[in-house]
Amino acid sequence: MADSHSHGLRASRIALYAVLLFLALLFLMPVYVMVVNSLKPLDEIRSGNLMALPMDWTIEPWLTAWSSAQIGVQPTGLRPYFINSFLIVVPAVAISTLIGALNGYILTQFKFRGANALFAAMMFTVFIPFQIVLIPMAKTLGVMGLAGTVTGLIFVNVVYGLGFTTLFFRNYYAAFPGELVRSARMDGAGFFGVLWRILLPSSAPIIIVTVIWQFTNIWNEFLFGASFSDYKSFPLTVALNNLVNSSTGVKEYNVHFAGAFLAAVPTLVVYLVSGKYFVRGLMAGSVKG
Amino acid sequence: MASLDMINIQKSFGATKVLHDISIGLADGEFLVLVGPSGCGKSTLMNIIAGLEEPTVGSLRLAGRDITQVEPSERNISMVFQSYALYPNMTVAKNIEFPLEMRKVEKSVRAERVKSVAKLLQIEHLLERKPRQLSGGQRQRVAIGRALAREPQLYLFDEPLSNLDAQLRLDMRTEIKKLHQRLSATIVYVTHDQIEAMTLATRIAVMKGGVVQQLGTPYEVYNKPANTFVAGFMGSPRMNLAKAQLVGDNGSLALDMQLGERPRVRIELPPGNDKLRAYVGKEVIAGVRAEAISLARDGQVPLPTQRLVDAHIEVIEPTGADTLVVLDIGGNEFTARLEPDVALKPDTQARFVVDLTKLVCFDAQSEMLIG
Repeated sequence: MADSHSHGLRASRIALYAVLLFLALLFLMPVYVMVVNSLKPLDEIRSGNLMALPMDWTIEPWLTAWSSAQIGVQPTGLRPYFINSFLIVVPAVAISTLIGALNGYILTQFKFRGANALFAAMMFTVFIPFQIVLIPMAKTLGVMGLAGTVTGLIFVNVVYGLGFTTLFFRNYYAAFPGELVRSARMDGAGFFGVLWRILLPSSAPIIIVTVIWQFTNIWNEFLFGASFSDYKSFPLTVALNNLVNSSTGVKEYNVHFAGAFLAAVPTLVVYLVSGKYFVRGLMAGSVKG
Repeated sequence: MASLDMINIQKSFGATKVLHDISIGLADGEFLVLVGPSGCGKSTLMNIIAGLEEPTVGSLRLAGRDITQVEPSERNISMVFQSYALYPNMTVAKNIEFPLEMRKVEKSVRAERVKSVAKLLQIEHLLERKPRQLSGGQRQRVAIGRALAREPQLYLFDEPLSNLDAQLRLDMRTEIKKLHQRLSATIVYVTHDQIEAMTLATRIAVMKGGVVQQLGTPYEVYNKPANTFVAGFMGSPRMNLAKAQLVGDNGSLALDMQLGERPRVRIELPPGNDKLRAYVGKEVIAGVRAEAISLARDGQVPLPTQRLVDAHIEVIEPTGADTLVVLDIGGNEFTARLEPDVALKPDTQARFVVDLTKLVCFDAQSEMLIG
C-alpha cells in the first residue's frame, strides 16, 4: 500500500521532470541557434542547416559586431551604443529606485489626505501604453532642451519607471512595522534620517527586485530609444535594429546573431547573479503588502 | 526627571471622541499606570504624551514646559514599544547608541553611556548581536536600555510585557519595578493587565470609553473603587457585586438580599457611613472583595465589624496558593478566597464571616461609590 503510493509518486516525479526538461530545451533552442550560427562563417549558414554545429569555427562575427559593423555613418560596431545604454541605464535605474523608495516611504508612513488617490494616479502610469506618451514626451523634451540626448533618455526612463518603483516600495513599506518608524522619530531621526537609517537598510530584497526590473526594462527598451535619440545617443537596442535592418550589402546573419547575443548579455548576467533574490523579493512585497 | 501635567486633553477622530477631557498631574518620580480594556483610549493618550499624535483640545506640560506643539524628538521623552521596535539592521550597541547619535552626542560619551546602560541591564555580552539573535526577554532589555541611554525626563512604556511568556513577564515586571526604584524615574505605563497595574504603579488611572474612571493609588483603586466598572475590572477574582435593599430600623442600617427562592439574608451594617442614610428604602449595589469573606470557626463570636452569614457552597476552585469558593448568599453569587487546605464540600452549607470594613456600596442607578 505504502509502496505503491511511493511508486506512484516517483512515476509522477519522473513525468514532471521529463516535461520540465523538454520545455527547458525548447526555450534554450533559440539561444543554441544564435550561439551556433554566430560562430560560423556566413557561407556555412547560407548553404547548411541552422541547427548544425560549425565546421569551421570562427569568432570573427563577434569581433565585427562589437567593433566594426556598419551601424551609423562610421563602421563602429555596437561598442559605442553599448556604452550609451550603460550611460542611460545606470543613472535611470539609480534615480528611479531612489525616488520610488522616497515615494513608498511618504505614501505609507505619512497618512495625508489623498494619499491613496495619489498612489492610484501613479499606478496609472503602469498601464499607459508607451505609444500614447510619445508626442507629449517629445514636446516636453524639446522644451527642456533634452531632445536627442542621453540625458533626455534618462529622464524619460525615470519618469516611466516611477509607477513601478513606487508600487514595489509602497507595498514593501506598507508591511514595515510602524513602531520602528515611530521609535526612530522619538529617538530624534528626521524625515531623511528615518528613510536612510531605518527603512533603506532593511529594504535589500525590494531594492534588488526594483533594480533588476528597471535594469531589464530600460536595457531592453526600444521605442523611446528609437523616438528620442539621434545617431550619437542611440541605445544598444536601436543600434542592433539598425545593424540587422541595414539595407546595403549582404545580410551577415552570423554578425546579427553575435550582436543580438551581445545585447542580451548584461540582462542575463543580472538575472544569473540575483535571480533568486528577485523571486524572493517579489514574494516579500506581494504577500505582506 | 520631571513632573508631567496633562491638562484637559481631548481627542477626536472625525466625529468619534476617543478621549474626553483628561487631566492628570504627575509628580516627579511617579509611576503612573494607564489601565483599561482595549479601546479605552489609553494608547491614544500615551501617543499624545509622546507627540506621535496631537490632542484635539488641551495641553501638556513636562517639568513646567509646554510641550503640546513640540516635536516628539524634542520632548526629552523616551518610549519602550510593545514590539520593542529594535532596529533590525543595527547591533544591540548601535541600537542603544542610536538616540544619542541622532542628538549628536560626542562619540566617547556615547560609548560610555552604552557601557553603563548595558552593565545596568546585564546585557554586556549581547552588545555585538543583531536583534533577531535575541530572545524575547533580551530584546525587552535592549529596548529598555535604548530608552535609558538618553536619560530623558520621562519614560513611556506601551504594554512592554504583553509579548513575553508568563514566567518572563513576572521577572521583567520585577525588573521594571527595581529600575523605577533605582532611577526614581517618572514613568507612564500602559497595560490592559490589572495585576501589572497594581504591582507597578504609584498611581493608577483606570480608563474606559475615553474617560478616566478613577485616578488613585493601587490601594484606593482596589479598596475604594470609584464605580462598579473599576470594582469589576481591578482584582482577580473581581469584586463581588450584589444588588441589595438598604433597610433602616431604629437607627442602624442593614442590607437585605433575596433573589428567587433563596432564603433571605440580612446583613446589619456597623454605624458610621452617613451618606448611606439617603438610600434607606432604596436599592444599592454592595461590593465585597473575595478575601473579606472567610470561613467561620465553630462558635466564633464576630467582632463589631464582622457579620456571620450562612451560605450554600456551589463550587470549590483550588488555585494552589489559596482556594476560591463560590457561594450563594441570598441568591447572589459570591467568591471567597480561603485557605488552600480548607475542608469544604460543594453543595453543602457553611457559616462564613464577612469583614464589613471592606464592604462598599454603589448607587444602583449611577453605579458610583456611595461615601
